[in-house]
Amino acid sequence: MALKTEPFVVNIGPAHPSTHGVFRMRTTLDGEVIVDMEPVFGYLHRGIEKLAEERTYTGVIPLTDRLDYLASMSNNLAYVLAVEKLAEIPVPGRAEYLRVIMAELQRIASHLIAVGAFLNDCGAFMTPLLYMLREREKILDLFEMVSGQRLTYNYMRVGGVSQDVPEEFIPALGKFVKVMPGFIDEYDQLLAENEILLARAKGVGILPKELAINISASGPVLRASGVKWDIRKADPYSIYDRFEFDIPTGTVGDCYDRYRVRIQEMRQSVRILKQALEQLPQGEVRSDVPHLLRPPVGEVYGHIEAPKGELGFYLVSDNSIAPYRFHIRAPSLINLTALRDMIVGWKVADAIIIFGSIDICMGEVDR
Amino acid sequence: MTVFDPGFSPSSGYGQTLPPDWPGGFWLHWGVFVVIILVFVLAMVMGFIYLERRGIGRFQVRLGPNRVGPFGVLQPVADAIKVLLKEDIIPAKGDRWVHWLAPVVAFVPVVMIFAVVPFQDGALLADLNIGILYVVAISSISVVGIFMAGWGSNNKFSLLGAMRTVAQEVSYEIPLVLSILGVVLIAGSLSLNDIVKVQSIPFILLQPLGFLIYFIGACAEINRTPFDLLEADSEIVAGFHTEYSGMKFALFYLVEYAEALAISAIITTLFLGGWRGPVLPPFLWFLIKVVGVFFLIFWIRSTIPRVRVDQLMAFAWKCLLPLALINLLITGVEVLVLPEALPWTIIFLNLAIMAVLIALWSKLFRLGGGRVEV
Repeated sequence: MALKTEPFVVNIGPAHPSTHGVFRMRTTLDGEVIVDMEPVFGYLHRGIEKLAEERTYTGVIPLTDRLDYLASMSNNLAYVLAVEKLAEIPVPGRAEYLRVIMAELQRIASHLIAVGAFLNDCGAFMTPLLYMLREREKILDLFEMVSGQRLTYNYMRVGGVSQDVPEEFIPALGKFVKVMPGFIDEYDQLLAENEILLARAKGVGILPKELAINISASGPVLRASGVKWDIRKADPYSIYDRFEFDIPTGTVGDCYDRYRVRIQEMRQSVRILKQALEQLPQGEVRSDVPHLLRPPVGEVYGHIEAPKGELGFYLVSDNSIAPYRFHIRAPSLINLTALRDMIVGWKVADAIIIFGSIDICMGEVDR
Repeated sequence: MTVFDPGFSPSSGYGQTLPPDWPGGFWLHWGVFVVIILVFVLAMVMGFIYLERRGIGRFQVRLGPNRVGPFGVLQPVADAIKVLLKEDIIPAKGDRWVHWLAPVVAFVPVVMIFAVVPFQDGALLADLNIGILYVVAISSISVVGIFMAGWGSNNKFSLLGAMRTVAQEVSYEIPLVLSILGVVLIAGSLSLNDIVKVQSIPFILLQPLGFLIYFIGACAEINRTPFDLLEADSEIVAGFHTEYSGMKFALFYLVEYAEALAISAIITTLFLGGWRGPVLPPFLWFLIKVVGVFFLIFWIRSTIPRVRVDQLMAFAWKCLLPLALINLLITGVEVLVLPEALPWTIIFLNLAIMAVLIALWSKLFRLGGGRVEV
């Protein structure tokens, strides 16, 4: 006799310990196996794109802080680069270096959260996350020195940065750059070769190279699938062509590769920081830009390699003081589109870590 | 004659349970030990909660609770008062009676385990001659309570957690029992008090593999990391006790730590020589060893990730079960063939066998499972 069975629909989220915000996975389960998944988002929609169209070009910068709130500096940078490209505003040399320093510090901070949260999703009870928060705290201290803020920095300006760094910043950064590689090794040794982590993450949630390219994934998610694509190299912005660094890539595209790529990227970021610190010139940090900026009529797409992937701002100007159209290409949202393909057929526990390994920030997905 | 026979006299009935001049008869003995066990369990659980929170705080480069009382020692008391004052919620469509009964069914067997644990020579409620079997039988009743909680809550996460529990605990019971048999073979008795008495060398040295299997199996039995699937915080919120609040939640919390305490006490008794030890009084030795084992348990909790449900089952059936059988075989052969051998020979032989077996299994055995085509 065949027993009558029916699919078991479980809503994972929106309020769930490991949805990294307010994301909902409407999963259909067969026992523990996920047979279908429908992502539901929009719980954090704030209408940032529309709000930005009502503000001046310089007044939008605080809004970009609130996109990927774990990487505000990168958001600032992407936006001001787009505006500078549109209005052709020069940036002083020292400001360029400061921007790169902030962006790379931010990348380390964001990856620390990503790796820590991923390991936490794997079930390592808080310890890796808290270790990584310890170092993130040092980065936040550095950011606090320069901007007075610890989460939404609002530091970059069109045509430079808001102010020069205080004099205690450079020695503090030097010290950080010196000790950070040791800490990265520490995180690496904590769990990298752990049997349980290997069993949980190796071969799980594979994102094939072709699919990754087709959904236009970017950032560590794309690189873990074996595609050597990093906008810092592919389309160098700011002064990234002056630094030497490698692009770490994975081979398989599983959760473990994504985790490894992030660890390696932190090492490369420290390398860039070291070089930037050596080359840092003196001088102005901000060029003269009118408060009510009126860029010429036209459109522009400015993109950078944010910690989570390609962050782009598409601006259309009608020569008024506010952007006519303001669109954000959020890496989190686009990387998330592969989620269903990655988790169907895996178990509930796998779904959580696959989702964690994509590293999304809901502030950016929903905007 | 049973334990509950009123004519039972501790000095005559069950071996040398008590000194002959122990005052009072059976009922006094019974009453005194019931009180001792309840106080011991509750006090130790509070101590464990404090110790674990402070200890894990240290592991995680933070302080842990340090506000209530000196060094935060009163934190468990504050927590207990808090949960007592919380509203008790029963899900509208839940099974009221099952939901209500579940914490009780889970809690009672855990306390009952302590009836046969010797705190020092003869200081135990009942020196059953089948003591270890009693422990194995009683400790698996808690599963029923946990499944009742998952079922009665009418919550999908709870049900998932409960399903995982049943599969897990039924599987791990087998290697657990088989690993105990090695100890029983050497000791020649099922009574926990006797097992302690014959341990002139702690059995962890004679049975290193048995100890490892028992320890892993016990961690799975009490749902501790890396086997805490049924309340996997990052996957199924809180598993079976998602829908519990107030005192009923506190009971489940208590069960978790009381189980850890029970397992620590059993490991201490079976493998670490129980209350035996030089200089210090026996009861203190017992406590030190129990806390030591518990420290190991929460050290593991704060370090390693969780396994997946299919890997968990594969580990029990493909890895622990064969190893437990081999361990039993080897122990049996040693007891038969080498009864007169020097202890150090056996110790080194067993350590070598354990190393070889573990190396072999780590090569042969892979945590299987993977993607299912749907």
